[in-house]
Amino acid sequence: MSETLEKKFGFTINPSRLIDYDTSDRKVREYVTLKEPSFKLCFACGGCTATCTAGQHISFNLRRMNNLIRRGEIAPLREEVTRCMLCGKCLLVCPRGVNTRNVVAVAAEAIRKLERNEL
Amino acid sequence: MNSEHFVFPFNLGLYFILIYSVVRSTIWFRNLSRSDKLRLQRGFFGLPFMQSIREIFMESLLHRRIFKRNPVLGYMHMSLAFGWFLLIVFGTIEADFFSARHLNPPSHSIFFRWYNPEHGASGFPAVFSFWMDLLLAFILSGLLLAMVKRFIPGMMGMKKTTKHTWTDRITLLSLWLIFPSRLMAESFTCGAHGSGSFLTGSLGATLASVLPAADIAPYFWWLYSLALGTFFILLPVSRYFHIPVELFLIFMRNSGIRTGDKSSSYTEVQTNACSSCGICISTCQMSYAAGINDIQSAYFVKGLRNERDIAAITANCLMCGRCEEVCPVGIELGPMRLIERRQDRKNFEPLTFPEGYALTRKRGFMERPTTQSYNYLVNDNPVVQADVLFFAGCMTHLTPSIIVAMKKIMNSAGVRYHFMDEEGGVCCGRPLMLAGRDKEARELINHNSDLIWKSGAKILVTSCPICYKVFNESYYLETRVMHHSEFINLLIEEGSLRLGYLHRKVVYHDPCELGRGSGIYEEPRAVINYVADLQKSQHEKNMALCCGGSLGNLTLASGKRSMIAADAARSLTASSPDELITACPLCKKTLGQATETKVTDIAELVAAALPTTPAKAKARIKKVLAKTENNG
Repeated sequence: MSETLEKKFGFTINPSRLIDYDTSDRKVREYVTLKEPSFKLCFACGGCTATCTAGQHISFNLRRMNNLIRRGEIAPLREEVTRCMLCGKCLLVCPRGVNTRNVVAVAAEAIRKLERNEL
Repeated sequence: MNSEHFVFPFNLGLYFILIYSVVRSTIWFRNLSRSDKLRLQRGFFGLPFMQSIREIFMESLLHRRIFKRNPVLGYMHMSLAFGWFLLIVFGTIEADFFSARHLNPPSHSIFFRWYNPEHGASGFPAVFSFWMDLLLAFILSGLLLAMVKRFIPGMMGMKKTTKHTWTDRITLLSLWLIFPSRLMAESFTCGAHGSGSFLTGSLGATLASVLPAADIAPYFWWLYSLALGTFFILLPVSRYFHIPVELFLIFMRNSGIRTGDKSSSYTEVQTNACSSCGICISTCQMSYAAGINDIQSAYFVKGLRNERDIAAITANCLMCGRCEEVCPVGIELGPMRLIERRQDRKNFEPLTFPEGYALTRKRGFMERPTTQSYNYLVNDNPVVQADVLFFAGCMTHLTPSIIVAMKKIMNSAGVRYHFMDEEGGVCCGRPLMLAGRDKEARELINHNSDLIWKSGAKILVTSCPICYKVFNESYYLETRVMHHSEFINLLIEEGSLRLGYLHRKVVYHDPCELGRGSGIYEEPRAVINYVADLQKSQHEKNMALCCGGSLGNLTLASGKRSMIAADAARSLTASSPDELITACPLCKKTLGQATETKVTDIAELVAAALPTTPAKAKARIKKVLAKTENNG
């Protein structure tokens, strides 16, 4: 879609800011906010990402994951949630008291439910 | 009305429950694994059988564990259990002794007074009647306490009582009716015939003086029989099923059967052996510190038994293990919760009332599909050989002061060590296990095991109790795993660590995973005693409090965690110590935010007691000399 936009108007939209309503799926976000309300408290400071154990090995990024959930980008999210080790470091550094471990667990559950058509 | 017919409800109930218990136990036995069956068979002909008899007497009848907790609560349980037991035993003896025939049916001894209304007027039978009245009074006193407890739980050291289902309530009512109706039935019969001892005799005489006792008596005998019959018939679908099941459980446990990591008929026996006494509820910090009153073990087990959707209850637990320590039945609540966390199920159909009698349960073991995958982990770092490996763990990386202290201590003792995860390691796998993801944890365990095996280390030191527990229990290593408190204790005992004495009053907080989880209580205390003045706190060793930060709970909100932490910190600092010592980076972090008192890790305390190096001491002396010269 972004390619056609470029051709038509001759300017670019930063791809990371693009929300494609055709592929966006809000069900996961709704499920996560319902099961772990503290998810709404996140102000994307990135403390969790800085301390992440998995993030020292690969480019796993909890902050990006939060964005993916919010934007309903399920395809990349499916890959992202499998990488967390649930070690809980992010929980301790979070200044907003977001239950980050559970956000990952609930997101994984939501994706599983989505695949089973239960959401 | 043919009053003799009143024995029918009692007989029906009694034979039903006897047959049902035997059939159910046989099915449980048949579903045991082969090795557990062998254990049970061997136990039957050996020492475990005698131990079980002793335990049944001490716990199921006398309720010693509850006595230790609170004497009034213990008396209440003992009077009902032991009193009823004695009433049955002596009732049978009485009926056998004073009847024309021997080997009477059970109903004959239960309704003995009805069949022998003139019995016990004088001589030895009178003594026996007195004894039976005494037993009845003993039970009634316990019953009175039980009724009071329902309304004022605080009187018996209980902060809360369990909320019951409606079948439990009806069964409770029938249980409560049994003994008063017996009292009334016997009194009326005795009153009509001028017999009976101090209780039934005097009450009977009083009643007979104003009422037609002989006509009223059969109604109460009917009530007595109906109460007994209802109680027996509802037994399998109520919490009172624990009475027969607990006997089986005690025997199984003494034969060496343990919960393990899969649901089996042993977990089912444990589920049914729970009496919902609620002692776990009043011990739970989530209850009294954070006001969460619906997730405790009693409710977890009850949900399991009635096949309710208990996913939320299962996840919402700190896994601190305090309830397991106080459980009078000795149910392995922690492992049972972990088993449930590993399962993944949908479409719950709660058990309806008649389904509770089903001999087998629908609830099967359904494994959760793997959600995590760590195929991105590669071991490409050069292998470092070392005698001692130091694994800080994720949490210790958040408290760098512990790492600095450990380095200082090991350097001072001349330990040649390799810091395994200095550049960032991999999680030990315990948090995943606590979240019920054992398969995924195995991937991390394999990764770490590889590193440890290749290093050829003899000792693996970790400063995190969470890692310590999983290294000890779930890793296959030839390396000796030591928590840093154990290791420091070893260094002190060896004499390779020279330490000064700090004149500080300190209190030690047992981390859950190290204390109850791994049974390490003495080593940290020995170390602290060596360098500082260790004082006692309210909750020590196996009853130590949880700091509230536990990774065992996936869903607890941070506000509730702070409430638990604040409560624990308040209790620990009650004697206003100079410092609060813990041996876990997570406890240090959580408690540190909850109290004004300085929270120190045991390694930091020991590092502070190390003698200052000569170079530093020289520099300080120079400074002081310069100062005095300037002043002079």
